[in-house]
Amino acid sequence: MGSDVSGATSTEATTAPSGALLEVTDLVKHFPIKSGLLFDREVDQVRAVDGISFSVDKGETLGLVGESGSGKSTACRAVLQLLKPTSGSVKFEGQEIAGLGRRELRPLRREMQMIFQDPYASLNPRKRVGQIVGDQLKIQKVASGGELRKRVEGLLDRVGLSPEHYNRFPHEFSGGQRQRIGIARALALEPKLVICDEPVSALDVSIQAQIVNLLDDLQDELRLTYVFVAHDIGVVRHISDRIAVMNQGKIVETGPADQVCEHPRDAYTKKLLAAVPIADPRESAARRAERTAAG
Amino acid sequence: MPSESEKSGAETTALEGAVVSPGTGPGGSEFAIVEADSGARQGGGPWAIAWRRLRRNHFALFALGVFLLIVVCCLLAPVWANQVAHTGPNQTHTLEKLHEGGEVKEVVEPSGKAIGPQFFAAGGKFFLGADGHLGRDEMVRLLYGGRSSLFIGIVAAIITTILAVVFGLLSGFYGGWTDTVISRAMDVIWAFPVVLLAIALGIVLAVGGLEIGPIHLKSSSLWIPTLIIGIVYTPYMARPLRGEILAFREKEFIEAAVAQGAGPSRIMFLEILPNLMSTIIVFFTLNIANNMLLEAVLSYLGAGVQPPSSSWGTMISEGFEALYSQPLLTIIPGTAILLTVLSVNVFGDGLRDALDPKSKVRFEARAGSSDPEAIGPV
Repeated sequence: MGSDVSGATSTEATTAPSGALLEVTDLVKHFPIKSGLLFDREVDQVRAVDGISFSVDKGETLGLVGESGSGKSTACRAVLQLLKPTSGSVKFEGQEIAGLGRRELRPLRREMQMIFQDPYASLNPRKRVGQIVGDQLKIQKVASGGELRKRVEGLLDRVGLSPEHYNRFPHEFSGGQRQRIGIARALALEPKLVICDEPVSALDVSIQAQIVNLLDDLQDELRLTYVFVAHDIGVVRHISDRIAVMNQGKIVETGPADQVCEHPRDAYTKKLLAAVPIADPRESAARRAERTAAG
Repeated sequence: MPSESEKSGAETTALEGAVVSPGTGPGGSEFAIVEADSGARQGGGPWAIAWRRLRRNHFALFALGVFLLIVVCCLLAPVWANQVAHTGPNQTHTLEKLHEGGEVKEVVEPSGKAIGPQFFAAGGKFFLGADGHLGRDEMVRLLYGGRSSLFIGIVAAIITTILAVVFGLLSGFYGGWTDTVISRAMDVIWAFPVVLLAIALGIVLAVGGLEIGPIHLKSSSLWIPTLIIGIVYTPYMARPLRGEILAFREKEFIEAAVAQGAGPSRIMFLEILPNLMSTIIVFFTLNIANNMLLEAVLSYLGAGVQPPSSSWGTMISEGFEALYSQPLLTIIPGTAILLTVLSVNVFGDGLRDALDPKSKVRFEARAGSSDPEAIGPV
């Protein structure tokens, strides 16, 4: 792929002003609530995403945190044009992509991919692993036949699966393995931007770490740019360079990961941080006492 | 799944495999455990799993055997007619006499009572006797009638399936106005009781035949009842399919396909349709049985297969005239319908258990009143 990030590792890329890969401005997604006997009319709206702006630099990881229902997933889908945004602008490498048609988007789809939350719903149960991972090569007319198979097997190997899994069906895999298949699918055409929509929240903790580490390694290897969504601020802090905190469809705080976690400015961010469980029961009890005393 | 942990080397799979493997099969954990124990892995695709499940259901396989036997017999009708009975399905033998050893029997007595089953006493002639005062060979008519009934049952099921899949996919996938138009049109058909609608159409078309552009169907054509039955059952299959499609459309793997740049036809036919195949196959099978019953009803009422052609429904109708003197003329085609429909239904139930053990999809055409959308897990 024509990625020409001049040899920058992920850490350098954050500091070097290599230009924003993704620029989102005032993105709005409202869902109409319809009702009516014969003809639906709009009676109200759900403001899932209510005017958010952020930018992601090449090679950087932006963490997007917020509680369930805060609009994170909707934001992801609106950015990737899986949902038509109500208004706002999404610029990818300086090109406006909001409102483009399917055919115009098709070449851009190579450059930006998504890893989904639920590894059980995101793989078609009737397709073999080889088809799931390799379909994009076919859709984008990049490879077919033996060439395709070779590339898919390479991808499977890269995400820690075996090339022999090529002909298996998704139900033969565990949750963590399925997520690896999802990752292989997203990386099939070596995209520049990968949006990870809670890629680990459906997995149990020991496997979460493996998947996060895999994503980390792949980022170094392929110079990927991530938007990493999660409701667990601990996971996000581990992987992100910068963090944006979302609440009720709006971004309430943005900043470098450590700054947001150590010195949160917004009250909601503080609440989120307080909700992170503490492994030590004594410290946990102390914190609880502190909180009840304060509030 | 011991094989997995060996290869992908690393820390990862050993752990994951151990945690989740026994429950991962989409249909019934029981199966996954059996598979894990057996160690030697056979092809693990959904079809292979369904086939293995079906193979254990001997009752369903027996039913399939019965059905296939009936089909083969009916296909061999000309052989029986030419080689054994030496008569045609519509050939009358009113004044003929049968020489059986020393005895001479009249095929139709002057009173109008026809000869009973002779089996092989007359070399296979009048194996099941003659029908009523026309003295036609009952066995030959039964076999030819079976051809009509099976033809209508199967071809109408194909018509229903094609229409239902097309309309279901269009309305379920596109939604909006497409869905509204198709669904309301289906509701119109749905609003009529199946039998009433089919009779009304049958009588109209049986009188005038059907003429659409270059296609002209004579009023006695088998295609008329076939088309009628195929169309009236369409909503009963299209609506549950639409419901399933609506559910699949929201799945993340569809979004993944969109994110890869797949167009609507690719998503409909390569992502959604394969997931519907098990439902379609089950519906198709059970639909055959329903079609044959409806054909019998229509033919019995004179709105289906038109005389002199025979079908099991017309045979019951004709035999009914002599119900008291010769009950066999009604019982024989009735039994044929019963056996066929029963075997198809039993096999269809077995198929459903094999393909989709969790779902409770029922083809509710006969009940009519039940909620068409009630397909989810119960």
